[in-house]
Amino acid sequence: MDKPHKKLTWLRIGLGALGAALLLGGLYNGEYAVTLNKAIRVCLECIGIG
Amino acid sequence: MAKGSGLPFKRKCIQLAAALIYNANIKGFQDATIYQGKLKGMCVPGLNCYSCPGASFSCPLGTLQNALSSIRYRIPMYIFGIIILFGLLFGRIICGFLCPFGLLQELLHKIPVPKIKKSRATRWLSCLKYIILVVFVLYIPLYIGISKGMPVPAFCKYICPAGTLEGGLPLVAGNKSLQALIGGLFSWKVFLLILIVFSAIVLYRSFCRFLCPLGAIYALFSKISIMGIKVDEGRCTGCNACVRHCKMDIKKVGDRECIQCGECREVCPTDAICFKKFKEKEEKCNEEA
Repeated sequence: MDKPHKKLTWLRIGLGALGAALLLGGLYNGEYAVTLNKAIRVCLECIGIG
Repeated sequence: MAKGSGLPFKRKCIQLAAALIYNANIKGFQDATIYQGKLKGMCVPGLNCYSCPGASFSCPLGTLQNALSSIRYRIPMYIFGIIILFGLLFGRIICGFLCPFGLLQELLHKIPVPKIKKSRATRWLSCLKYIILVVFVLYIPLYIGISKGMPVPAFCKYICPAGTLEGGLPLVAGNKSLQALIGGLFSWKVFLLILIVFSAIVLYRSFCRFLCPLGAIYALFSKISIMGIKVDEGRCTGCNACVRHCKMDIKKVGDRECIQCGECREVCPTDAICFKKFKEKEEKCNEEA
């Protein structure tokens, strides 16, 4: 593998690990429930009323 | 050979399938209510308002703004993780294949009226979406969230035409109590929606090109995304047929303005454009690609 490709692969691995860690951290922190709680109510701002 | 590969038709089918999956709660349109099941905690990659009666999942942009608004109480990790993973895996392929609002604009652009072609002015205007990202998606929700502890999803509130079209109009049409609440903000959003619809008829994907902050986020991943389009430099003759054929404001195939739709493959005389494969080590396109 040439040098730029190696760099890109490592960047992808690093970002993938960061993304997965943030996602799992968020799930652990109960952010899924927070997102759900917001999404199951009509967002008045989104529809131009709030 | 890429020519006659049927990619535009396949792409439309994927776009339609994505739109239907995102909005699978058909019952919501009948009784003007929104889906309240557990799936709503998950985000889809494309722009799709979670207040749409059909929406079965959350919008990543709405979730991001709400998470930033409540940064005083909780550091948002979940949505950052989702956006990084979507961006890394798909990049702007999401814009080209998985965005219902993109599909709608493409269909509107098929209306046979004189079109405005891309130019230096549209290239400049394409920078506007990065400003909208910084001001409406990041700064205002963060600032008001930190200073007043109030959630203000500014992009959704003042700009998002998907929210007006998918959420506002069907909910207001079917709900008398919401009809009593409409005011100046609703009129502004309907006006903006009409403007965007008409502009999409004459300007290809005008909202995506000039205003969409989600596209601006995914554009940051264009160079590093695992899936997407690539150019085999060994085969490319630099004829620029791809750039001339493309209706987006690209300078070259695969740059931040490229929505990775792959339609330029049809016009490349040397078949130098192909989709990246998952496990590849070289920047070359295979014969069958």
